[in-house]
Amino acid sequence: MTAQAGAAAKQMRLNLRKREALSFYLFILPWILGFLFFYLGPILASFYFSLTSWDLLTAPKWIGLRNYEKIFTNDPLFFQSLKVTFIYTFSYVPLDLIFGLLAALLVNRQIRGVGIFRTIFYLPSVLSGVAYVVMWLWIFNPQAGLINTLLGFFGVEGPRWLLDPKWALPSLIMMSLWGIGRTMIIYLAGLKDVPHELYESAEIDGANWWHKFWSVTLPLLTPSILFNLIFGIIITFQSFTNAFIATNGGPLNSTLFYVLYLYRKAFEHLAMGYASALAWILFLIILGCTVLIFRTSGRWVFYRGISE
Amino acid sequence: MPMRNDRTRLQREFWNLVVYALLAAGAILFLLPLFWAVTSSLKSDYQVLQIPPQWIPNPPRWQNYPEALTYVPFDRYALNTLVIAVGAITGNLISCTLIAYGFARLRAPGKNFLFILMLSTMMLVDPVRIIPMYIEFKALDWIDTFLPLIVPAFFGSPFYIFLLRQFFLNIPRELEDAALIDGANRLQILLRVILPLSKPALAAIAIFNFQGVWNDFLYPLVFLHKQSNYTIALGLNFFRSTYSVHWGYLMAASVTALLPMVIVFFLAQRYFIEGITFTGIKG
Repeated sequence: MTAQAGAAAKQMRLNLRKREALSFYLFILPWILGFLFFYLGPILASFYFSLTSWDLLTAPKWIGLRNYEKIFTNDPLFFQSLKVTFIYTFSYVPLDLIFGLLAALLVNRQIRGVGIFRTIFYLPSVLSGVAYVVMWLWIFNPQAGLINTLLGFFGVEGPRWLLDPKWALPSLIMMSLWGIGRTMIIYLAGLKDVPHELYESAEIDGANWWHKFWSVTLPLLTPSILFNLIFGIIITFQSFTNAFIATNGGPLNSTLFYVLYLYRKAFEHLAMGYASALAWILFLIILGCTVLIFRTSGRWVFYRGISE
Repeated sequence: MPMRNDRTRLQREFWNLVVYALLAAGAILFLLPLFWAVTSSLKSDYQVLQIPPQWIPNPPRWQNYPEALTYVPFDRYALNTLVIAVGAITGNLISCTLIAYGFARLRAPGKNFLFILMLSTMMLVDPVRIIPMYIEFKALDWIDTFLPLIVPAFFGSPFYIFLLRQFFLNIPRELEDAALIDGANRLQILLRVILPLSKPALAAIAIFNFQGVWNDFLYPLVFLHKQSNYTIALGLNFFRSTYSVHWGYLMAASVTALLPMVIVFFLAQRYFIEGITFTGIKG
């Protein structure tokens, strides 16, 4: 082959590369535009708004960090909503992880008819939103609701649930736990992937059920746990609908979720600047939690040495 | 060692029994709320408050359904929700297929960075985006139209792109090579070779998307104000705030609003589960 032909072939390969890169960018163009208009743009705009005072009717007025200053020094409802959201997130997410795992272990057992139970356990998690909450409003009804009726059979007088400041938040947690099928199904995908030989060799070593769970199942499930934990935290910090419909933040602000407070500031009080500052604080909290979990995950998440 | 075998068999039977008992208890916990909602939906205002309750209403009050569903125009709300769902699903199927194919198959500088950037947008919280998006759509005069709920779908959604990309990666490249040699371009390959093989993944996305639209509340609440534009979720919320003491009606409306998801779930359960498996989120 002459040097000329070699150079020409090289040139052609280069052209092919360029063309491939060009088609790549054409294919993902919708995402790039979407990223600019619905992600990057709004995030930056939100930060700018958070430094202004703005009621949508007049032009935004630059006030520097004063929104943040007021939030941290002179806004008891901010701290209340933060407290509610933290309590909810850090009780619901662990319970969801544990009960989801228990449910997955149960429906993963190879016995007859287990498929029906898997379907039943999974079903509630695809239902959510307003109808879900309205149904639970009636279940929690203090006079004639399902729970207090059942408690009544045992001679127990149930609390007023969503109407009682002490019980409202636990009620919302119970209500959400009805949907553990979502985490269950992710664990189930992980469980299906545990090689059978590992259990067999553990059995030969005389391991009992608990040992097998503790030293085979659980380590191999840690990636699923990590996934459920991160998504659980991201989603739960943003809870809005359940409290908006069930309690509207009450009684006595005992269920004033962060995003509910943010929504009120933005769309009821039209304090767009202030609400944007609240949004940015939430953003940083969630980002911080996610980074923290990822950073520590190296210590407890077990990746099998398999290649893709 | 026949005795030892007998003992392990007995042990296994015993544990199976324990598991069945727990499964049954779980099934009751999961089904009871739905059962309660359905029986309550067939009760009159008087029956519904009776203590002890009638587990099977006698007589069942079937009129609750037509009466509740015509009190406010639920047919209109259902139609609105369907229009939004069809629009959003169409948008996502088109855009996510293109984007995912690019990420799965084409080489280009900066690709890995963009892919990680795309995944990290999954962590961006909606509350941060919703105020600027409201202002954006207000400037476009789109508030109180379905456009804010449909148009963004035409620009892809990170989770669906990720799911499809994982699926595409598992399709053997050789299938495409033959078509490439025949002179087909990338778009033709995507349409003729890849898509026919990707029906389960596309079905999973359509179903997840339908579920998302049907259950969504915050976005419609912010973007739709006129009653004639309400979705099922907004309509049910409105109905609840006006007829809050008529539990029979409320349950009839709620059961009706839950029903489409229940039906979709039973028809397409395997896509829900496969969709998660495609992403490779497992041990």
